[in-house]
Amino acid sequence: MAFTLKINGTPHEVDVDGDTPLLWVLRDVLGMTGTKFGCGMALCGACTVHIDGQATRSCITTIDSIGNSAITTIEAIGATPAGAKIQKAWLDREVPQCGYCQSGQIMSAAALVAENPHPTDTDIDDAMSGNICRCGTYLRIREAIKQAAQGG
Amino acid sequence: MNHDHRASRSDAPANGFSRRRFLQTGTAAGGALLLGLHLPFARDAAQAAAADDFAPNAFIRIGSDGQVVLTMPYVEMGQGTYTSVPMLIAEELEVDLKQVRLEHAPPNEKLYANPLLGVQATGNSNAMRGAWKPLRQAGAAARTMLVAAAAKKWDVDPASCRAQHGEVVHQASGRTEKYGDLAAEAAQLPVPPNVLLKDPRDFKLIGTPAKRLDTPAKVNGSAVYGIDVRPPGVKIATLAQSPTFGGRVKSVADTAAKAVKGVRQIVRLDDAVAVVADHMGAAKKGLAALKIDWDDGPHAKLTTGDVAAELEQATLKPGAVAQTIGDVDKALAGAVTKVEAIYQVPFLAHATMEPMNCTVHFRKDECEIWIGNQALARVQARAAKVAGLPPEKVIVHNHLIGGGFGRRLESDGAERAVQIAQQVEGPVKVVWTREEDIQHDMYRPYWFDRLTAGLDQDGKPIAWNHRFAGSSVVARWLPPGFKDGLDPDSTEGATDLVYDLPNFHVEFVRVEPPGIPTAFWRSVGPSHNVFVIESFIDELAAAAKQDAVAYRRALLDKTPRAKAVLDLVAEKAGWGQPLPKGRGRGVSLQNAFGSLMAHVAEVEIAKDGTVRVHRVTCAVDCGTVVNPDTVQAQIQSGIIFGATAALYGEITLKNGRVEQTNFDTYQMLRMDAAPPIDVHIVKSSEPPGGMGETGTSAIVPAIANAVFAATGKRLRKMPVDPAALKQPA
Repeated sequence: MAFTLKINGTPHEVDVDGDTPLLWVLRDVLGMTGTKFGCGMALCGACTVHIDGQATRSCITTIDSIGNSAITTIEAIGATPAGAKIQKAWLDREVPQCGYCQSGQIMSAAALVAENPHPTDTDIDDAMSGNICRCGTYLRIREAIKQAAQGG
Repeated sequence: MNHDHRASRSDAPANGFSRRRFLQTGTAAGGALLLGLHLPFARDAAQAAAADDFAPNAFIRIGSDGQVVLTMPYVEMGQGTYTSVPMLIAEELEVDLKQVRLEHAPPNEKLYANPLLGVQATGNSNAMRGAWKPLRQAGAAARTMLVAAAAKKWDVDPASCRAQHGEVVHQASGRTEKYGDLAAEAAQLPVPPNVLLKDPRDFKLIGTPAKRLDTPAKVNGSAVYGIDVRPPGVKIATLAQSPTFGGRVKSVADTAAKAVKGVRQIVRLDDAVAVVADHMGAAKKGLAALKIDWDDGPHAKLTTGDVAAELEQATLKPGAVAQTIGDVDKALAGAVTKVEAIYQVPFLAHATMEPMNCTVHFRKDECEIWIGNQALARVQARAAKVAGLPPEKVIVHNHLIGGGFGRRLESDGAERAVQIAQQVEGPVKVVWTREEDIQHDMYRPYWFDRLTAGLDQDGKPIAWNHRFAGSSVVARWLPPGFKDGLDPDSTEGATDLVYDLPNFHVEFVRVEPPGIPTAFWRSVGPSHNVFVIESFIDELAAAAKQDAVAYRRALLDKTPRAKAVLDLVAEKAGWGQPLPKGRGRGVSLQNAFGSLMAHVAEVEIAKDGTVRVHRVTCAVDCGTVVNPDTVQAQIQSGIIFGATAALYGEITLKNGRVEQTNFDTYQMLRMDAAPPIDVHIVKSSEPPGGMGETGTSAIVPAIANAVFAATGKRLRKMPVDPAALKQPA
């Protein structure tokens, strides 16, 4: 069955089973590989995208559950004010190491800062602890979120 | 791995790189992927070397456009090598870092072997140690030739010219010429046999924090890892491998799987089944619909307990002597106090964030591979064997690595992907699920250690006897490195201690666990040895009723660099200052990978026995610092990685199967448990030491010793077991 998904402001028609996770539609069907596969069970956050602004794990979000909601991925997050601030802070603080989890980290952080302009350490823990970084960039992620929250 | 030991061994691989060889190499390595600065990791930047490029050695090429291309022998997996190695070239060549563009070195053991390993691989924290001299020499040789070319052109003495910012300047006349305009002339000149390296006092880049060249692409989603490649027409496959080690496929019922929309093909191998589909969603759904009947093979009943029991038995018999000083038996007989302990560390998975994957296009007489791997020449050779092709018919494209940690020093994923691709028309990307990735890893070995020490009337150690048993990864991975029952990796951190121990004896017994593949894991041999040594020395301090720092310090008169980092960490951590109840501080001291490091960890044990690391202080002497920002980042990274292992890391077996499956059962340390980490770098002019792994091995004993300080309970088996630390209600 064909579905129309609104991704980064553009409609895309895809013909896959309705129970297909959004992650694979993005990566394999549409070739948007910035969103990463890490666990397939919403345990690591590497696949995080925004659906109507909410940080969402695309690996367990089936495409028949999305409807007309707006999907934003790492490829377009820089066009949002919070996303731009977060990306700049990530660059300033040299956050990434291997970098593989960073798309998901940035998407979670951008959603946090968009919703909560002055997050506390606890807010950061709550919003970011679903995102695993095997390189252990957590300290710089925390600093970068604080920088972005203070206006970049 | 003790690199000095390896480098000096007569049985080291014969293709170890000589300075002379690379300086004489005049050909540019063509055909590899070019990584431009502005689009550093774009797929389509391939560019051939022009015939009149200036390529004085295997690393540097300068075209008439002045672009400096570094053929990069080391891979980027997060450790910052794509920035720190170009810094070496740029420093000596007198160009800005931004003028250097990276190109992955193609598989070529002769030109691009790691001088400390003898093979083309990035691991063992030695990229910078290996690159430090040769890459600066390469840059200096190119600079010398460019200056000579300009001097010749102007008919002046080369000594009256100097290089700066990508051009040669003749001070007296004020004439300047850009490198690009000198490239063709420089290419005609002989490569100088000796070149003068810059005085460290004149370094402009080395020692100054540099922005990483790979960061922008990693922040906007454009970085391309192996898992992201999409050759035209690529299909996606996922697989189930035998759940037991050494098991086989008995039968496959695939009707339901084939009916899944998007599933194209089922590939059956001897010990695995793969589902090939249009996308991973369909491949996974197809895999779930398969009914596979397995022959569980010879290890069907294996448990972790069986492995540990075998190792324990092995430590009762003599092993190969790794190091002996003085007379341990005699000293023990005369000791006032004897301390004995048994230590064990578990199997560990690597769990790189990028799950294992490899894309292969198998054609009739050629095989093309897209992968992110730490050992390219190995991938090429092993894949060629599976494909039945000569290695030169196997084209390997390397990519950014989404976490290596030793997992991607292995070629098993590429070999598996070739097996599958041989049955598939067109390119196929084989992506392992996280469950396959954890259950079919090649694991950090399980180790079993037996130690005895003797103390004199003052509590000073006068005898140290250590015997341990476990797998030798080197024996499989680099067989010439295993000799007379020993290899330099298994014993690194257990021998050549920083402590002055007059009677010292270490033995290693190699025991391979039945069927379970073992591999290098971040911080390799020291991941085990440093935990054991630094815990046991802590036990001796406790037995002597002495302070853990003071006790170590008294044994460091012959190793001043070690004493300096210990003093620094104690000062910065506030060692000895009072702590709230339930908290404890633990110290560790390490000499590994060519760097000296000391940690103090501060922990708190909750009523339910869970351990929280509140703070880590680190002092490091890693010799000359190339990129200080990377040193900081790598230490933080290593500490989080090691703390994860100390608090949660354990792969166990039951009925021949790995019991852990995903991040719910194989836990990672997360943001809410990540401690603040303070790093203090000792200024040093020694050559650079390794940084990628040091923090990992050093933090585990610091945490264990802190738990002891807080609870009086000694952790002799990793990971931390909260049940054993639980306080009575």
